[in-house]
Amino acid sequence: MSTPAQLSVSLWRGGNDGRYESYSVPRRESQTVLDVVTYVQRHIDQTLSYRFACRVGMCGSCAMTVNGRPRWTCRTHVAKVAASGSLTIGPLENLPLIKDLATDMAPFFEKWQQAKGVFAPSQTRAEPMARIRPDSAPRVAANAAIECINCGVCYAACDTVRWNSGYLGPAALNRAWTLVNDERDAGNPSRLAAIAASGGCHSCHSHQSCQEHCPLALNPTASIAGLKRRTAVAYLKGEIKA
Amino acid sequence: MNVRLYVWQRATAALMVPFVLVHIAVIFYATRQQMTAADILSRTHGSAAWAAFYTVFVAAVSIHAAIGVRNILSEWSPLGHRAAGWCAVSLGIVLAMLGFHAVIALVLT
Repeated sequence: MSTPAQLSVSLWRGGNDGRYESYSVPRRESQTVLDVVTYVQRHIDQTLSYRFACRVGMCGSCAMTVNGRPRWTCRTHVAKVAASGSLTIGPLENLPLIKDLATDMAPFFEKWQQAKGVFAPSQTRAEPMARIRPDSAPRVAANAAIECINCGVCYAACDTVRWNSGYLGPAALNRAWTLVNDERDAGNPSRLAAIAASGGCHSCHSHQSCQEHCPLALNPTASIAGLKRRTAVAYLKGEIKA
Repeated sequence: MNVRLYVWQRATAALMVPFVLVHIAVIFYATRQQMTAADILSRTHGSAAWAAFYTVFVAAVSIHAAIGVRNILSEWSPLGHRAAGWCAVSLGIVLAMLGFHAVIALVLT
């Protein structure tokens, strides 16, 4: 099929009471969805609001809903998602909309805090560096989940987040799982209690949308399953209360 | 759902697996043998084993179903967690009452 010279692009404009507006954008080789949005902002309507930073899939700030699926737009090629030549781009779901394609990520990161996603050191910097075997089981488990860039794609894709606004979500729980397996961390008693409470890991229905949509092919569902096992054992041992 | 409800729901689910299999096997046996209600009641009347079996089964079902319904209501209905919890407790009590009533009818009458 020949590549069309122009892309038909619909972008969400305005706040919650906004609407999709149509634009025509030149089709280019190796064009990404972020390139398309940037073209509209620079050449058609400078009032378009959206968010990006690194453009190379590291910062996690450019995620949007592209033809119905949450995606990182800087690494999503138009050829992959818009073979027919039309794109519909909206803000991420499950997050408050600021304007156009920009969502408020505050609830997403507040849930990181609620899940105790901050490293709690067990030693001071005056002590020798901890020696962690790369092939130890906890380190292997942490490594499998550690590359999250906090793009919010899994959070936007999660049915449970949509149904239960108090649910911590896959990214925060995935982060907690890396720390639960970090042998240098001393924060697990409060962390396990936080993620075992209502809205924590046991709210997950294992739909695996997070795994399906994660641009880095991480598996937060597996991390959450690990947390379910770990917290259940801690509860049965009386280490945490519900 | 918190870890306490999670553990109760999983534990009752695991407990119910053999109970459901036995229950279905009994249904198949009774229908294939063309047993009447009177035939069944004549065998279960006064049986401590069947009384214990169905008492535990009813308790597990009541707890398991109530926790599941609480989850569904809190996620898919306008009810808050507290209201969903009370609805679920009510359902569990109703299920237990109906179930224990049936057990009494099966074993004592």
